[in-house]
Amino acid sequence: MQPPIDYIARTRDQYSALGYPPYDWVHNGDEPPFATPSKPLNEASIGLIASGGIYVEGQIAFHFRDDFSYREIDNRTPPTALRATHFAYDLKDVRKDANVVFPLETLHEIAAAGIVGEVGPRAYTFMGGIYSSRKVAEILAPALADRLVADEVDLALLVPA
Amino acid sequence: MSSALSITQAVNPPRAVFLDYPLGHTSGRPADKAEQLKIMQTTLSVFTSATEPGDIVQLPFEWSDDHSWKDRVMRPQANKKPSEGSMDDHDRHADDRVERYPTPQYQLPEDELAANEACPTCVFLSDNRSG
Repeated sequence: MQPPIDYIARTRDQYSALGYPPYDWVHNGDEPPFATPSKPLNEASIGLIASGGIYVEGQIAFHFRDDFSYREIDNRTPPTALRATHFAYDLKDVRKDANVVFPLETLHEIAAAGIVGEVGPRAYTFMGGIYSSRKVAEILAPALADRLVADEVDLALLVPA
Repeated sequence: MSSALSITQAVNPPRAVFLDYPLGHTSGRPADKAEQLKIMQTTLSVFTSATEPGDIVQLPFEWSDDHSWKDRVMRPQANKKPSEGSMDDHDRHADDRVERYPTPQYQLPEDELAANEACPTCVFLSDNRSG
Protein backbone atom coordinates (compact mmCIF):
# COMPACT_ATOMS: atom_id res chain seq x y z
CA MET A 1 0.00 0.00 0.00
CA GLN A 2 1.43 3.36 -0.98
CA PRO A 3 1.70 6.15 1.56
CA PRO A 4 -0.38 9.29 1.12
CA ILE A 5 0.78 11.78 -1.52
CA ASP A 6 3.03 14.44 -0.04
CA TYR A 7 1.53 17.46 -1.80
CA ILE A 8 4.20 19.83 -0.54
CA ALA A 9 6.86 17.68 -2.21
CA ARG A 10 4.67 17.04 -5.23
CA THR A 11 3.97 20.73 -5.90
CA ARG A 12 7.62 21.59 -5.32
CA ASP A 13 8.58 19.05 -8.00
CA GLN A 14 5.89 20.30 -10.33
CA TYR A 15 6.88 23.95 -9.93
CA SER A 16 10.55 23.15 -10.31
CA ALA A 17 9.88 21.22 -13.53
CA LEU A 18 8.01 24.30 -14.79
CA GLY A 19 10.83 26.63 -13.77
CA TYR A 20 9.12 28.22 -10.77
CA PRO A 21 10.42 28.55 -7.22
CA PRO A 22 8.72 26.38 -4.60
CA TYR A 23 5.52 27.67 -3.00
CA ASP A 24 5.96 28.98 0.52
CA TRP A 25 3.46 26.88 2.47
CA VAL A 26 2.26 28.08 5.84
CA HIS A 27 3.90 26.24 8.73
CA ASN A 28 2.32 26.83 12.13
CA GLY A 29 4.88 25.60 14.58
CA ASP A 30 3.24 26.61 17.82
CA GLU A 31 0.71 24.41 19.53
CA PRO A 32 -2.70 25.24 18.02
CA PRO A 33 -5.41 26.79 20.20
CA PHE A 34 -7.61 24.02 21.49
CA ALA A 35 -11.07 24.52 22.94
CA THR A 36 -12.93 21.58 24.44
CA PRO A 37 -16.52 21.33 23.24
CA SER A 38 -18.90 22.82 25.80
CA LYS A 39 -21.71 20.38 25.09
CA PRO A 40 -22.10 16.83 23.78
CA LEU A 41 -22.10 16.35 20.02
CA ASN A 42 -25.82 15.55 19.91
CA GLU A 43 -26.61 18.96 21.37
CA ALA A 44 -24.07 20.92 19.37
CA SER A 45 -24.61 23.01 16.26
CA ILE A 46 -22.11 22.80 13.42
CA GLY A 47 -20.94 25.57 11.13
CA LEU A 48 -19.64 24.36 7.78
CA ILE A 49 -16.91 26.23 5.92
CA ALA A 50 -15.78 24.74 2.61
CA SER A 51 -13.11 25.98 0.22
CA GLY A 52 -13.94 23.97 -2.90
CA GLY A 53 -15.37 26.95 -4.78
CA ILE A 54 -19.05 26.12 -4.20
CA TYR A 55 -21.59 28.82 -5.05
CA VAL A 56 -25.34 28.94 -5.59
CA GLU A 57 -27.04 29.68 -8.89
CA GLY A 58 -27.74 33.43 -8.78
CA GLN A 59 -24.52 34.25 -6.96
CA ILE A 60 -21.44 35.64 -8.63
CA ALA A 61 -18.95 32.82 -9.28
CA PHE A 62 -15.37 32.87 -8.02
CA HIS A 63 -12.46 33.95 -10.17
CA PHE A 64 -9.13 32.16 -10.03
CA ARG A 65 -6.61 34.88 -9.23
CA ASP A 66 -6.50 35.10 -5.44
CA ASP A 67 -10.25 35.54 -4.99
CA PHE A 68 -10.61 36.03 -1.25
CA SER A 69 -14.36 36.65 -1.27
CA TYR A 70 -16.82 34.23 0.27
CA ARG A 71 -20.42 33.13 -0.23
CA GLU A 72 -23.19 32.58 2.30
CA ILE A 73 -25.23 29.49 1.54
CA ASP A 74 -28.50 29.06 3.41
CA ASN A 75 -28.56 25.58 4.92
CA ARG A 76 -31.86 24.84 3.16
CA THR A 77 -30.41 25.44 -0.33
CA PRO A 78 -31.48 22.56 -2.58
CA PRO A 79 -28.57 20.54 -3.98
CA THR A 80 -29.74 21.26 -7.53
CA ALA A 81 -28.89 24.94 -7.00
CA LEU A 82 -25.26 24.27 -6.05
CA ARG A 83 -22.38 24.92 -8.45
CA ALA A 84 -18.63 24.42 -8.25
CA THR A 85 -15.75 26.30 -9.80
CA HIS A 86 -12.05 25.99 -8.98
CA PHE A 87 -8.76 25.62 -10.85
CA ALA A 88 -6.85 23.22 -8.67
CA TYR A 89 -8.93 20.05 -8.54
CA ASP A 90 -11.00 17.93 -10.91
CA LEU A 91 -14.59 19.22 -10.68
CA LYS A 92 -16.24 16.20 -12.31
CA ASP A 93 -17.43 14.60 -9.08
CA VAL A 94 -18.39 17.70 -7.11
CA ARG A 95 -20.61 18.66 -10.04
CA LYS A 96 -22.35 15.28 -9.78
CA ASP A 97 -22.67 15.42 -6.01
CA ALA A 98 -21.60 18.50 -4.07
CA ASN A 99 -21.38 16.47 -0.86
CA VAL A 100 -17.91 15.27 -1.90
CA VAL A 101 -16.42 18.62 -0.81
CA PHE A 102 -19.51 20.45 0.52
CA PRO A 103 -21.19 17.94 2.83
CA LEU A 104 -24.25 20.05 3.72
CA GLU A 105 -26.79 17.33 2.93
CA THR A 106 -24.64 14.81 4.77
CA LEU A 107 -24.68 17.05 7.83
CA HIS A 108 -28.48 17.35 7.62
CA GLU A 109 -28.78 13.55 7.62
CA ILE A 110 -26.38 13.29 10.54
CA ALA A 111 -28.51 15.83 12.43
CA ALA A 112 -31.73 14.00 11.51
CA ALA A 113 -30.18 10.84 12.92
CA GLY A 114 -29.57 12.67 16.19
CA ILE A 115 -25.78 12.32 16.04
CA VAL A 116 -25.24 16.06 15.97
CA GLY A 117 -27.61 18.65 17.40
CA GLU A 118 -28.15 20.85 14.38
CA VAL A 119 -26.63 22.33 11.27
CA GLY A 120 -25.87 26.06 11.49
CA PRO A 121 -28.22 28.39 9.59
CA ARG A 122 -25.66 29.17 6.90
CA ALA A 123 -22.64 27.50 5.39
CA TYR A 124 -19.78 29.59 4.04
CA THR A 125 -17.71 28.83 1.00
CA PHE A 126 -14.73 30.26 -0.78
CA MET A 127 -12.30 29.27 -3.53
CA GLY A 128 -9.26 28.03 -1.68
CA GLY A 129 -6.70 28.51 -4.46
CA ILE A 130 -5.41 31.70 -2.88
CA TYR A 131 -1.67 32.08 -3.16
CA SER A 132 -1.48 34.91 -0.62
CA SER A 133 -1.56 33.27 2.78
CA ARG A 134 -1.53 36.77 4.26
CA LYS A 135 -4.91 37.57 2.71
CA VAL A 136 -6.36 34.40 4.16
CA ALA A 137 -4.84 34.79 7.63
CA GLU A 138 -5.49 38.53 7.98
CA ILE A 139 -8.73 39.08 6.07
CA LEU A 140 -10.75 36.03 5.02
CA ALA A 141 -10.31 33.67 7.97
CA PRO A 142 -11.13 36.30 10.63
CA ALA A 143 -14.22 37.33 8.64
CA LEU A 144 -15.44 33.73 8.49
CA ALA A 145 -14.72 33.18 12.17
CA ASP A 146 -16.82 36.28 12.96
CA ARG A 147 -19.72 34.82 10.93
CA LEU A 148 -19.65 31.54 12.84
CA VAL A 149 -19.57 33.40 16.14
CA ALA A 150 -22.54 35.50 15.01
CA ASP A 151 -24.38 32.30 14.01
CA GLU A 152 -23.70 30.96 17.52
CA VAL A 153 -22.54 27.55 16.33
CA ASP A 154 -20.62 25.35 18.73
CA LEU A 155 -18.32 23.55 16.31
CA ALA A 156 -16.64 24.62 13.06
CA LEU A 157 -16.07 22.02 10.34
CA LEU A 158 -13.56 23.09 7.68
CA VAL A 159 -13.61 21.13 4.45
CA PRO A 160 -10.94 21.84 1.84
CA ALA A 161 -11.10 20.37 -1.63
CA MET B 1 -11.11 17.38 7.08
CA SER B 2 -8.14 16.83 4.77
CA SER B 3 -6.90 14.81 1.87
CA ALA B 4 -3.46 16.45 1.84
CA LEU B 5 -1.59 15.12 4.84
CA SER B 6 1.68 17.04 4.67
CA ILE B 7 -0.15 20.34 4.11
CA THR B 8 -2.40 19.70 7.11
CA GLN B 9 0.60 18.78 9.24
CA ALA B 10 2.17 22.10 8.31
CA VAL B 11 -1.03 24.07 9.01
CA ASN B 12 -1.35 22.28 12.35
CA PRO B 13 -5.05 22.85 13.13
CA PRO B 14 -6.50 22.02 16.57
CA ARG B 15 -7.84 18.69 15.32
CA ALA B 16 -8.11 17.06 11.89
CA VAL B 17 -9.09 13.90 10.07
CA PHE B 18 -7.20 12.70 7.02
CA LEU B 19 -8.90 10.81 4.18
CA ASP B 20 -6.46 9.31 1.66
CA TYR B 21 -8.62 10.07 -1.39
CA PRO B 22 -7.83 12.10 -4.51
CA LEU B 23 -8.34 15.86 -4.16
CA GLY B 24 -11.94 16.81 -4.69
CA HIS B 25 -13.29 14.00 -2.46
CA THR B 26 -12.49 15.28 1.02
CA SER B 27 -15.86 14.18 2.37
CA GLY B 28 -16.46 11.11 0.20
CA ARG B 29 -17.32 9.60 -3.15
CA PRO B 30 -20.11 10.98 -5.33
CA ALA B 31 -23.53 9.42 -4.70
CA ASP B 32 -22.15 7.03 -2.07
CA LYS B 33 -24.37 8.24 0.75
CA ALA B 34 -23.61 5.34 3.04
CA GLU B 35 -19.90 5.97 2.94
CA GLN B 36 -20.34 9.76 3.14
CA LEU B 37 -22.32 9.26 6.34
CA LYS B 38 -19.69 6.94 7.80
CA ILE B 39 -16.94 9.40 6.95
CA MET B 40 -18.88 12.26 8.55
CA GLN B 41 -19.81 10.31 11.64
CA THR B 42 -16.19 9.31 12.24
CA THR B 43 -15.06 12.87 11.56
CA LEU B 44 -17.50 14.38 14.04
CA SER B 45 -16.53 11.90 16.76
CA VAL B 46 -13.04 13.40 16.67
CA PHE B 47 -14.44 16.65 18.10
CA THR B 48 -14.75 14.83 21.39
CA SER B 49 -12.20 12.02 21.09
CA ALA B 50 -9.20 14.17 20.12
CA THR B 51 -7.44 15.25 23.28
CA GLU B 52 -4.07 16.38 21.97
CA PRO B 53 -3.94 19.69 20.09
CA GLY B 54 -2.72 19.02 16.55
CA ASP B 55 -3.95 15.41 16.39
CA ILE B 56 -4.60 14.17 12.85
CA VAL B 57 -6.70 11.01 12.73
CA GLN B 58 -6.41 8.96 9.55
CA LEU B 59 -9.83 7.66 8.48
CA PRO B 60 -9.99 3.94 7.61
CA PHE B 61 -11.28 4.31 4.03
CA GLU B 62 -9.40 3.38 0.88
CA TRP B 63 -10.15 4.98 -2.50
CA SER B 64 -9.10 1.82 -4.34
CA ASP B 65 -6.94 -1.20 -3.59
CA ASP B 66 -4.96 -0.02 -6.60
CA HIS B 67 -2.98 2.96 -5.35
CA SER B 68 -1.44 3.78 -8.73
CA TRP B 69 -3.68 6.87 -9.02
CA LYS B 70 -1.21 8.49 -6.65
CA ASP B 71 1.58 8.21 -9.23
CA ARG B 72 -0.30 10.30 -11.77
CA VAL B 73 -1.31 13.29 -9.61
CA MET B 74 0.39 16.52 -10.70
CA ARG B 75 2.66 14.59 -13.04
CA PRO B 76 1.74 15.56 -16.59
CA GLN B 77 4.49 13.36 -18.03
CA ALA B 78 2.94 10.33 -16.38
CA ASN B 79 -0.38 11.12 -17.97
CA LYS B 80 0.83 11.79 -21.48
CA LYS B 81 0.57 9.09 -24.07
CA PRO B 82 3.79 8.75 -26.08
CA SER B 83 3.36 10.83 -29.23
CA GLU B 84 3.98 9.01 -32.45
CA GLY B 85 7.14 10.04 -34.28
CA SER B 86 7.30 13.40 -32.57
CA MET B 87 10.67 15.14 -32.39
CA ASP B 88 9.15 18.00 -30.47
CA ASP B 89 9.76 17.94 -26.75
CA HIS B 90 8.54 21.46 -25.99
CA ASP B 91 5.78 19.84 -23.97
CA ARG B 92 8.11 17.64 -21.94
CA HIS B 93 7.20 19.61 -18.87
CA ALA B 94 3.75 20.43 -20.07
CA ASP B 95 1.90 22.69 -17.72
CA ASP B 96 -1.43 20.95 -17.41
CA ARG B 97 -2.71 23.31 -14.74
CA VAL B 98 -5.88 25.31 -15.30
CA GLU B 99 -5.26 28.96 -16.03
CA ARG B 100 -5.94 31.39 -13.18
CA TYR B 101 -8.54 33.53 -14.88
CA PRO B 102 -9.19 36.89 -13.17
CA THR B 103 -12.93 36.98 -13.95
CA PRO B 104 -15.77 34.91 -12.44
CA GLN B 105 -15.70 31.38 -13.85
CA TYR B 106 -19.22 30.01 -14.04
CA GLN B 107 -19.98 26.30 -14.09
CA LEU B 108 -22.80 26.83 -16.58
CA PRO B 109 -23.32 29.68 -19.06
CA GLU B 110 -26.83 30.23 -17.66
CA ASP B 111 -25.29 30.90 -14.22
CA GLU B 112 -23.67 34.00 -15.62
CA LEU B 113 -27.03 35.22 -16.89
CA ALA B 114 -28.71 34.37 -13.59
CA ALA B 115 -26.04 36.05 -11.48
CA ASN B 116 -27.35 38.96 -9.48
CA GLU B 117 -24.86 41.83 -9.72
CA ALA B 118 -25.88 43.03 -6.29
CA CYS B 119 -25.52 39.51 -4.83
CA PRO B 120 -26.33 40.15 -1.16
CA THR B 121 -24.90 36.76 -0.18
CA CYS B 122 -21.56 37.38 -1.89
CA VAL B 123 -19.13 39.00 0.51
CA PHE B 124 -16.21 40.85 -1.05
CA LEU B 125 -13.63 41.83 1.53
CA SER B 126 -11.14 44.63 1.18
CA ASP B 127 -7.41 44.49 1.52
CA ASN B 128 -5.65 47.61 2.71
CA ARG B 129 -2.29 46.32 1.57
CA SER B 130 -1.09 44.74 -1.61
CA GLY B 131 0.76 41.42 -1.80
